[in-house]
Amino acid sequence: MSVDLTAEERALAEGQAGEGAAMAMRVVADSARLLGASRLIPIASAHIDGALYHGDSGTLFAERLVDGGARVAVRSTLNVGALDLTGCSQIRLAEPARGMARRMMEAYRELGCEQSWTCAPYQAGHRPAFGSDVAWGESNAVVFCNSVLGARTNRYGDFLDIACAISGRAPDYGLHRDENRRATLVFDVSGLPVTFLTSEIAWPVLGSLYGRQVGNAIGVVTGIAGHPGEDALKAFGAAAASSGSVGLFHIAGVTPEAPTAVAALGGSEPAAIIEVTREMVRAAQAGLSTAAGTDRLDAVAIGSPHLSLAEFDALERLIAGRNLRIPIYACTGRHVLAALDSDGRRAGLERRGVIVVADTCVVVTPVLPQKDGAVLMTNSGKFAHYAPGNTGYSVLYGSLADCVESAVSGKPMLTDLA
Amino acid sequence: MTLTQQGSRDASGTVLVSGSAGLGPALVLSAPISFWGGVDPKSGRIADVRHPEHGQSISGSVLFLPGTIGSSSASAVLLELVHANLAPAALVLHEPDAILLLGLLVAREMGWPTPVAVRLDRSLHGQFAGAAAFVSEDGAIRAEA
Repeated sequence: MSVDLTAEERALAEGQAGEGAAMAMRVVADSARLLGASRLIPIASAHIDGALYHGDSGTLFAERLVDGGARVAVRSTLNVGALDLTGCSQIRLAEPARGMARRMMEAYRELGCEQSWTCAPYQAGHRPAFGSDVAWGESNAVVFCNSVLGARTNRYGDFLDIACAISGRAPDYGLHRDENRRATLVFDVSGLPVTFLTSEIAWPVLGSLYGRQVGNAIGVVTGIAGHPGEDALKAFGAAAASSGSVGLFHIAGVTPEAPTAVAALGGSEPAAIIEVTREMVRAAQAGLSTAAGTDRLDAVAIGSPHLSLAEFDALERLIAGRNLRIPIYACTGRHVLAALDSDGRRAGLERRGVIVVADTCVVVTPVLPQKDGAVLMTNSGKFAHYAPGNTGYSVLYGSLADCVESAVSGKPMLTDLA
Repeated sequence: MTLTQQGSRDASGTVLVSGSAGLGPALVLSAPISFWGGVDPKSGRIADVRHPEHGQSISGSVLFLPGTIGSSSASAVLLELVHANLAPAALVLHEPDAILLLGLLVAREMGWPTPVAVRLDRSLHGQFAGAAAFVSEDGAIRAEA
């Protein structure tokens, strides 16, 4: 299939606005051809996941764009990098990788991207309008953008995200198109007890189960009584996007494209109805732990996606002035750090034993100490999914309250909520 | 994409991303692979312990992929392999994976030598197993005696 470029797009690809912009336009157009898109569409904003260091080639690519005079054409926020530029935490990334990671972060700044360094840009003031087309990377940001904000994006990964931002265009395919945003499955949670649905772990556990059940299909969740709050939807989407390749979900009566289940389904009959049972939820919750039954605990990590100020409020309330025997790594973005620092709250938390990690997080760069057989406790479905592979720690999953009690006592404390 | 002559062990693929013709031992994967987490960008070896061809090196091979498991960082791994001279000599894919092939598009933009990537139905991959395979710039694939 060939891609129909406008005269302006062709001129950009031929270098009218410089070699960096030309390179970006060619990458977008070639990707469109491989994706089977027949044209490009303008985008309103971008969220760039490509500034996380995976190897020298990515740094050289970003620097080539800078040398070619490229600048982003639309508002572009940055996802996490491999370093904590705020200096809140110590990152154990050794030279020469450290220097290359720093050069990479610097190159993306020079391209005109905002120094947001967060995986929750939607809580840092970057909220594209309902129905607008954008090019976002980072799976949890993508799913939140599509599902909760109702803006339209596919999962834009390394290189394509920045190429879209510079060209201001994206291939017209997938979730940009109306016909691909309808639910085909129903995920009915009405059979679950209210005590579970209103518990703190309900949303990350349901997200993990949902992702495994629907894979890359689109489902509509039914049986939810009211809006659970954005932090709950953030946790649900992040867990779903890490256990399945979920890019968009609907929740009847809650998310903007699902005033009702029928509307989310576009008037069609669902291909399947998944009746969620307590047993399924128990199994999903158990599946998040790889160290069940252990009495060892080395660290607690929270903040995937990055903690909001409201989540810091809850953390502070639960710690209640006590000292921690085991550190809690609390990952967040600069947008929250500013508020925490303004009234000395960060220093207070750090005195108790909290380690605030900003600009990055514990599963994408070495922050946790290297230890044999170490155990990490978390309330994040996404951390639970990635920590064993990326950090070598085995995982215990529990509520934030359990995480705090465990950190205070130095031993895993788990309350049975399901 | 047909077998030009029954039993002659050649086939014609469709070029997905143009690049240099490649000659190398055919590595016919028996299961889909995720480049991110599945291939070590520092050695070119298949790192996924659950993959049937775990431990084999894709570097310099003509790599036959029956399927790919999408990861938004697959392109970064392939770009890293090209940059480190550890890329396959050619890639033969059952179906196009835009995210993986983006690694080749970017490598080409960087001016780094890139292998050709072609599309060929996976039912035609098996005949090349164990042979040295050659993939031409126009997508023709043949087993070298």
